[in-house]
Amino acid sequence: MHNPQLNAAGELTHLLTLEGLPAEFIVRILDTAVPFVSIAERDVKKVPLLRGRSVFNLFFESSTRTRTTFEIAAKRLSADVINLNIGVSSTSKGETLLDTVDNLVAMNADMFVVRHSQSGAPHLIAAHLNRTGRAHVHVVNAGDGRHAHPTQGLLDLFTIRHYKKDFRRLTVAIVGDVLHSRVARSLIHGLTTLETPEVRAIGPKTLLPTAVQSLGVHVYHDMREGLAGCDVVVMLRLQSERMRGALLPSPGEYFKHYGLTAEKLAMAKPDAIVMHPGPMNRGIEIDSAVADGDRSVILPQVTFGIAVRMAVMSILAGG
Amino acid sequence: MALPDAEQTYAALADRMRGAIAFDAKFVGIYSGGAWLAERLAQTIEGDHPVGYIDVSFYRDDFDRKGLKPEVKRTQLPFEVEGATIVLVDDVLYTGRSVRAAVNELFDYGRPARIELAVLVDRGGRELPIEATYVGARLAVARDLSIVLSRAADGRFAITAEAGGA
Amino acid sequence: MKFEIRGGRVIDPKNRVDRVATLYIAAGKVAAIGDAPSGWTANRTIDAKGLVVCPGLVDLSARLREPGFEYKATLESEMEAAVAGGVTTLACPPDTDPPLDEPGLVEMLKHRARLLNQAHVFPVGALTVGLKGDELTEMGELAEAGCVAFSQAESALTDTGVLLRAMQYAATFGHRVWLRPQDAYLARGGVAHDGEVASRLGLPAIPSAAETIALATIFALVRAIGVRVHVCRLSTAEGVALVRAAKKEGLPVTCDVAVHHLHLCDVDIGWFDAQCRLIPPLRGTADRAALRAGLADGTLDLVCSDHTPVDDDGKQLPFGEAEPGATGLELLLPLTLKWAAEDRIPLSDAVARITAGPAAILGIGAGHLGVGAPADICVFDADAHWKVEPAALRSQGKNTPFLGLEVPGKVRTTMVGGHIVYEG
Repeated sequence: MHNPQLNAAGELTHLLTLEGLPAEFIVRILDTAVPFVSIAERDVKKVPLLRGRSVFNLFFESSTRTRTTFEIAAKRLSADVINLNIGVSSTSKGETLLDTVDNLVAMNADMFVVRHSQSGAPHLIAAHLNRTGRAHVHVVNAGDGRHAHPTQGLLDLFTIRHYKKDFRRLTVAIVGDVLHSRVARSLIHGLTTLETPEVRAIGPKTLLPTAVQSLGVHVYHDMREGLAGCDVVVMLRLQSERMRGALLPSPGEYFKHYGLTAEKLAMAKPDAIVMHPGPMNRGIEIDSAVADGDRSVILPQVTFGIAVRMAVMSILAGG
Repeated sequence: MALPDAEQTYAALADRMRGAIAFDAKFVGIYSGGAWLAERLAQTIEGDHPVGYIDVSFYRDDFDRKGLKPEVKRTQLPFEVEGATIVLVDDVLYTGRSVRAAVNELFDYGRPARIELAVLVDRGGRELPIEATYVGARLAVARDLSIVLSRAADGRFAITAEAGGA
Repeated sequence: MKFEIRGGRVIDPKNRVDRVATLYIAAGKVAAIGDAPSGWTANRTIDAKGLVVCPGLVDLSARLREPGFEYKATLESEMEAAVAGGVTTLACPPDTDPPLDEPGLVEMLKHRARLLNQAHVFPVGALTVGLKGDELTEMGELAEAGCVAFSQAESALTDTGVLLRAMQYAATFGHRVWLRPQDAYLARGGVAHDGEVASRLGLPAIPSAAETIALATIFALVRAIGVRVHVCRLSTAEGVALVRAAKKEGLPVTCDVAVHHLHLCDVDIGWFDAQCRLIPPLRGTADRAALRAGLADGTLDLVCSDHTPVDDDGKQLPFGEAEPGATGLELLLPLTLKWAAEDRIPLSDAVARITAGPAAILGIGAGHLGVGAPADICVFDADAHWKVEPAALRSQGKNTPFLGLEVPGKVRTTMVGGHIVYEG
């Protein structure tokens, strides 16, 4: 099946998912992000790469955090950034998703950063652009339903590589609501593509997808067992809706079994790092002391996130 | 076309620079050839000349047509650019576009007091009003050839010509 | 008008006919097969050499989109599609807008269809008012108006007490109940089969248990009150096994499968192709294999198109928001032939699944070519292949996962009541 992210010349033209993205593309994005980290440390944090280009943030699901990091990344590339919170504009007036996209392309959009509550929405937009002869307009998936959040996956991979160097020697645990998590899916695809030998999903049965092993992970329901010998611990955010959906009884019980405390973290290797995509629910999935502790790399993840997004946009926009 | 001997050309460049550059000049080499040259010059030329490296990928003017090259290295300038006297070092000066990019990039780090340009080979064909302060050798080269500097395992330089312009 | 259909391979499964012969039609009925009646002269001769001559197809589920959904398709266009597909009798589900829960609506639909003089239309009435699952409809009145059975279409009927009483009431008057087995709670919010594909794509999922639990409930009620039930659109291997066991036990149960589900499974969703957004969802390869085997051995009595025209706007949406359904009237024959060829099913058995089989469920005398039967006939070329393209489809619904693919079986002539209604 043709990979809709690649153009006819085999170059990356959209970033929709890490699934099926060859390792060399992932490594190139990570390598390109390295110099962008340095740029952030200068006084002048801008480079002129995307000058004159228009990046439209199309957020059908609101998210100030993610939108802000994409906005910063685009502006540091000297692009013009336009933010659209669609929930309150055209589509609620009955304009279809693709009509909205067509209108914005007519306004010379060069790149769409799309977040949508439905899995597959960015694929639909990319296929539409490819099919209507506008393959020079690029789509970056900023999170679609439960399906994928590829830039988050990439920044998580970048973070792991920064601290741990070689994926092929690592045991990585992902803890929490994997069923509903696009962050988890993207990270799992990235880790398996980069040949991480042991990827673990830890959580209660209600929060793990059917056939989760087919994604390439080992399943643990006991967190202490699952953390034993881990090099990287990734904590997923628990959304309060899960309590209402009869998936979990209470945050208290969740924290007891699946919340990351210093005591549970001690099961992992002494130099294991702790990650979280944010925003954190302190006391529900992670203890404050651990979140602020010396093994936590949660804040560096944010810095790396901007550099990785700059790398993605530069690679898509080039040539 | 006869290519000059790289080592002799290098020696000629170093001679021209020695005594002419500022005592506190900082060398900034443009990857990769310029970086090798900057390192060697810092060893060859007496005095304390810190070495920085610059990758101009993010400042090039052909991004729209060619995109980013597969490997972008990190610009490392281990000194204050503000008020500095800098000698920008590159292996081949041709259209002048790489130098333009490097100068723009340096200015995003601070306002230098002065920038001079040292190149091993000036092959003419300028498309921008840029000239080198220090030149190892001048060459006339056909448009469809590139002049390439290489560095052997023992550090010795070699100049070759390859098909493909610039 | 007297017609002669010459030299075709006449396949009439109900009457066990499968031979090359000439069919003689007079006064809208089959007059003879093989030898001409005495004193015969035909007004028109149709050369069917190399072609198959079979009863007009009987499609147990085709949405005509009237009343209420005329922007998706009209009665005219869909009835054209039916005869272009060789369908001469069809049943339409009650999920129109408003639903078919009032005799007036049913009469109007039948009247409009009759005026077109194409396929026979048998509306299926709503089992409950508004399909809401609370109050029974006036099944007697609806049957008089022309309803051939009662169903909930795709609407949930979660109150098993109401379901039991609806089945009992229907049985009192000899009406048939058609039910699609789906547990509303397990299916809630789901858009794809609960398996590896939905897990990878992050799509809310419907487990197979949603079908098996509903089947177990339906069979338990059938066992208790002895009501005849037709189960619609089976989708799981477990479901096929449950139906097989129920039939073996002697329960008065029949069932069908939608033709797209014979060929596709969840993997065909690919990168969120909304053409594969169907109800029930496309399930796994093992389920597909079981459905094909079940249709072959008769556990599944028939195959229908479940024709559901959806306009482009309805499909050009993210998978979970797209309207479910595929166009099918013109693909029922080709996709049935494709299944038969791939699984080496005798052509006569395959034809039975789209003629005599569905006719028996409808309880009408259609679906066969015995002497004296209405001349509802389909003549087709089993070996001709054609490409499924929007221009090749008469239906306003161009929504099918088979777009761009070649399928076997081209209808050459369709006849209803002795009148030619389509020539291709």
